[in-house]
Amino acid sequence: MEALTAHLSELGHGLVTTVELTVVTTVGAMLLGIVVATLRIAPVPLLRAIGTAYVEVFQNLPLLALLVLFVFALPTIGITFPLFTSAAIVIAVYEGAYLAEAIRAGINTVGVGQAEAARAIGLTFGQSLRHVILPQGLRAVIQPIGNICIALLMNTSLAAAVGVVELTQAANTVNLVEAQPIAVFTGAGLAYMLLALIIGQVTGLLERRLAIVR
Amino acid sequence: MAPETTGANRPMVSVRGLNKWFGPLHVLKDIDLTVAAGEVVVVVGPSGSGKSTLCRCLNRLETAGQGSVEIDGEPLPAEGRALARLRADVGMVFQSFNLFGHKTVLDNITLGPTRVRRIPRPEARQQAMALLERVGIADKADHHPAQLSGGQQQRAAIARALAMQPKVLLFDEPTSALDPEMVNEVLDVMVSLAAEGMTMIVVTHEMGFARRAADRVVFMDDGRIVESGAPDDFFAAPRTERARDFLSKILQH
Repeated sequence: MEALTAHLSELGHGLVTTVELTVVTTVGAMLLGIVVATLRIAPVPLLRAIGTAYVEVFQNLPLLALLVLFVFALPTIGITFPLFTSAAIVIAVYEGAYLAEAIRAGINTVGVGQAEAARAIGLTFGQSLRHVILPQGLRAVIQPIGNICIALLMNTSLAAAVGVVELTQAANTVNLVEAQPIAVFTGAGLAYMLLALIIGQVTGLLERRLAIVR
Repeated sequence: MAPETTGANRPMVSVRGLNKWFGPLHVLKDIDLTVAAGEVVVVVGPSGSGKSTLCRCLNRLETAGQGSVEIDGEPLPAEGRALARLRADVGMVFQSFNLFGHKTVLDNITLGPTRVRRIPRPEARQQAMALLERVGIADKADHHPAQLSGGQQQRAAIARALAMQPKVLLFDEPTSALDPEMVNEVLDVMVSLAAEGMTMIVVTHEMGFARRAADRVVFMDDGRIVESGAPDDFFAAPRTERARDFLSKILQH
C-alpha cells in the first residue's frame, strides 16, 4: 500500500494522461467511425471500396505494430509528432475501424423506408444520413459502441510501449523503484476498472435517455 | 416552369415509353401516362401488376430502364442535388407511413421545410401545426410516431408531404397497412385534398375512393396500362376482359 501512496503524484499524472488519451481518442475514433461507416454505405462504388479497405487494413493489424510503425518508421521519412499525439492518432485510427463496423451495423437496423421517406421530401444523401439515418442507427448500437470505448481505454496502455507515460507506464516506473508489482499493478488495475465502470454507466444512461419510443 | 401554359390542362406528370426491369423480370412495359394539373388519377390492378413500381418511378425511388418522366415540364434528373430538388416538389405517402421514428410528429413535418426549403423554424412550426390541424391530429404534435395509431400516423405522413407544398402527391397504397376502422379517416383527408385541386396519383385497392374522388381510373395488369377512363365508365362497363375479371374478384363481397 505504501508503494502506492508514496508515488501518488506520478501515478496520478499517469492516470490523467490515460484519461486524456482515452477522451481525445474516443472523439477522434467516433468521427472516423462515422465517416468510414458512411463511406461503406455510399452510393459511389469507389467510396465503398475505400471504406472497406480502411476497415480491413486497420482491423487486421495489431495495434502495437501500428504504434511502433508510426512512432519509429515515420521519422525516417521526416515526419514526427509528439509522442502523445502519435499514440492518439494511431489508437483513434485503429479503433475507428471497429467503431465504423459497429455504426454500420446500426445503420443497417434502420429500415429502408426511412431513407426513402427522407429522399422523398427532398433531403440529399448527406442530409438523410445526418437527420434521419445516423440518429436512429447510432441509437441502436450505443451498447456495442460503449464496449469498444472500454476496449479503447484498455488499449491506451499500449502507448506505454512507445514512451507515453500513461497509467501503465507510470505503474511500471514506480514498480522499478519499489519492486512491489502486486500492490502497484493491482492499484493501477483498479483505476482502469473504475474508468471502465464509468464508461459503462455513461453508456447505460445514454441508452435510456436516447431510446426511441417504439 | 412555363407560366404561359398554366391552365387546367397543363400536364403535371408526363410519362413516356417507360420500361422497367427487375433483373430478368419485365415489370413495366411501355407505360405512357399524362396527368394534368389538378387531376386525380387512381391506379388499380392486381398485385404484381406494376402499380407501385410505376408510382415509385415518378420520383425516382426506382430508376426506370427506359423512357422519360417529366414533372411539370421538367425531366427527372438522374441523381444528386437536382434530383433532391425535384423530389421536394413531388410528395409521397407510403404504405408503411415511414415517419421518422426518432422525431416527434411536429419535427417530422418541419424537417423538410427547414432543411430543404430553408424556411425559418418558427414559421415552419406554424405551418406544420396548421397542417396537423387540417388532418385532425394537432393534439399529437409532440408525440412520437409509435405513440400514434396507424391512421393517425398516415395522416401525419400526409401532413409531412403537404408541408413541402408539392406540385403533385403520390400515394403508394396508403391504406393497405391500416386496420379497417382507420381506413376512412385517411381516405377522408385524401378526398378533401382532391376536392381542393391537388394533383394526385393514388395506387390503391379502395374502389370507394376511386368512385368518390378520382377523375380517372387507370387499370394495370402485367406491367401494362390496360385500360384508362372515368371511374363511372370503368366500374360500370370495363372494356377489357382482364379489367372485368379483376373487378369481379374484388367487388363480389
